[in-house]
Amino acid sequence: MFDLYRSQRAMRAMRQTALQRGHVAILDVGTSKIACLVLAVDGATPPGDGVGHMAGGSSFRIVGAAVTRSRGMRFGEIEAMHETERAIRTVVQGAQKAAQVRVDHVIAAISGGEARSYGVAGETDLGGEAVEEQDVARVLAACEVPDFGEGREVLHAQPVNFALDHRSGMNDPRGQVGERLACDMHMLTVESHVVQNLIHCIRRCDLELAGLASAAYASGLASLVEDERELGAACIDMGGGATGISVFWRKHLIYADAVPMGGDQITGDIAKCLQVPLATAERLKTLHGGAVATSMDDGDMIPLGGDSGDWERDRRTVSRAELIGIMRPRIEEILDEVRTRLDAAGFETLPSQAIVATGGGSQIPGLDTLAPQFFGQQIRVGRPRRVAGLPEKATGAAFSGAVGLCLFAADPQDEWWDFEIPAATYPARSLRRAFRWFKDNW
Amino acid sequence: MRSLTPFRRPEPVRRGDPAPSRMAYRMQRLALTPAVRRAFTLGVPAFAVAVIGGLTFASPDRRAGLAAWVTEAREAIGSREAFLVHDLQVAGASADMRADIVAKLGLEMPVSSFELDLEGLRARVLELDAVDRAALRVRPGGVLDVEVAERVPALLWRERGGLTALDGSGNRVRTVAARAERADLPLVTGRGADRAAGEALALVDAAGPLADRLRGLVRIGERRWDVVLSEGQKIKLPAEDAVDALERVLSVNAAQGLFDRDVVLVDMRLPRRPTVRLHPDAARDLRQVKLTELGDD
Repeated sequence: MFDLYRSQRAMRAMRQTALQRGHVAILDVGTSKIACLVLAVDGATPPGDGVGHMAGGSSFRIVGAAVTRSRGMRFGEIEAMHETERAIRTVVQGAQKAAQVRVDHVIAAISGGEARSYGVAGETDLGGEAVEEQDVARVLAACEVPDFGEGREVLHAQPVNFALDHRSGMNDPRGQVGERLACDMHMLTVESHVVQNLIHCIRRCDLELAGLASAAYASGLASLVEDERELGAACIDMGGGATGISVFWRKHLIYADAVPMGGDQITGDIAKCLQVPLATAERLKTLHGGAVATSMDDGDMIPLGGDSGDWERDRRTVSRAELIGIMRPRIEEILDEVRTRLDAAGFETLPSQAIVATGGGSQIPGLDTLAPQFFGQQIRVGRPRRVAGLPEKATGAAFSGAVGLCLFAADPQDEWWDFEIPAATYPARSLRRAFRWFKDNW
Repeated sequence: MRSLTPFRRPEPVRRGDPAPSRMAYRMQRLALTPAVRRAFTLGVPAFAVAVIGGLTFASPDRRAGLAAWVTEAREAIGSREAFLVHDLQVAGASADMRADIVAKLGLEMPVSSFELDLEGLRARVLELDAVDRAALRVRPGGVLDVEVAERVPALLWRERGGLTALDGSGNRVRTVAARAERADLPLVTGRGADRAAGEALALVDAAGPLADRLRGLVRIGERRWDVVLSEGQKIKLPAEDAVDALERVLSVNAAQGLFDRDVVLVDMRLPRRPTVRLHPDAARDLRQVKLTELGDD
């Protein structure tokens, strides 16, 4: 556990170094595409919240962007490492060329790895004194870490709630006086080999990892508006190989999960049913696909194309209704699985239950008609927040994860490892208590 | 019917791996490193220029050629009509002084205005004793204007070597051959008289009532003045407040005709104890008179 603590702290230090140097790269390694953005960071962020601050969005500018087709990835995990390494090299080189700077530090996202969420709680005795940084560290250290099994690693460990005696729902208890300090922490774990593979790939490209985030979390940061994050909302990041789910409440991530199904499965279905190559299937899906068929679609014939040399085979057509008929069961399956995960997480207990779909898969026409059948409410198709310098090409829903990583890089939330390891302060504390007893009684 | 010649499909374009090789990737990162970029954009051109220049001027012939060319070009430009100075005009100086100034400047006309060191020329003009202030400028039309202000002689100073005219602040103006040449100027003498010229002038001013009898002032010990009158009469003045002391003597003279009597010396060196010395004959006479009047002492 402390090993992880150290490595995460090292990553934070690396992030500080990168921000001081002024340039940091964002790497969103997805199953269908890999995006790299180069951020130019000026450290002049006004302190505190507010419009000028824009949750860190005002302190950086995107100076270079590149996208390439992903290779060697499946379900958001690295499958063929050398292929992925080449793809990362391509995209990093492209972004560096666009930015005309060399970047050494990379902040990356992990979409696969079977993310699991844990809510953990801990409490500590204060002895009627004001809460200090040390006390926060102690209460975080007192959280009972669940047994999440061998070979898993903690990706996020964010304190989401503090309670002081009977008062709960505090964001920052420092300076307040009480007897007992309790805290709730959200912990997200992923398979450690997924993390190791990604780190290895990035190292092989002569880059240093300056931060790791869950892709679902990053998408939520980019596509949920502040009110939604405050009142309770779920973000569904429909990617190529995996569909990430993140639930936010009171501006904190309280649950994250991933369904290992996505756009690639839909493409595969089309390719299998229509006997066409995957590239053709992908083109059919993106140009003509949909989720809800209308009577118009019966007469809308789409040529399948091809150059097999077999005239009959190359001139097949398929109606749009048929195409939708192939895609819809898979979309329904994904949405159903998402609904199950949300139910299991207790999403319906949140005060507000906004659902925002984002990611490349959310651009399927008719998704907003189909989704209410599963979620019982309207969903919003969210696009990433505008950030300075983002190229027009990268403003689509498919880039939620990348933009979210930018925000994560500029203004990360406090995590467990951002606090000092609590020192054994008990003797000092008892001395102070004795001193106070003297002062009160004499 | 299908043609019998086999259908030839165009050979598909085999595009290579779009990914850069590890080497290419590293080279690009190296090229984007700030130090390397600077070295290439500044260092290499600067080095190339240095090498070319160094090789070109390695031979002494080329260096000499360049130097000659530079000199030639300078002269060609400097000797243009627009930059030539043909004439020298001196304003504010008397005729003999004008000749002095022209001789002192020693310019051979025409001269290029690039070669005129006006500050140096001005310093040379100021070396002349009779020049108080000088201003030089090159006027359009190739004229060097020299404006000088002469020193006005206010005193004559007799030294062992001869007579010197001094201005009001004690600066030498010129040498005077004979006293008669400038009989209008008061005469001073004694070492350090030039440094106290201002006081001397004030004394001469104050001695106005005695002007016809005033012969001159003598500086004693670079400290105080003696006023010398005709017939060997003398007033010794203190080092401080000399004018006051002189005025006191003059007021006594005006009231009682001090200097019409047989007085040789009025000593005012101790202002609280002025002393008068009579002529020895007069003193003896006075003593005789007293003896006859009062009897033998």
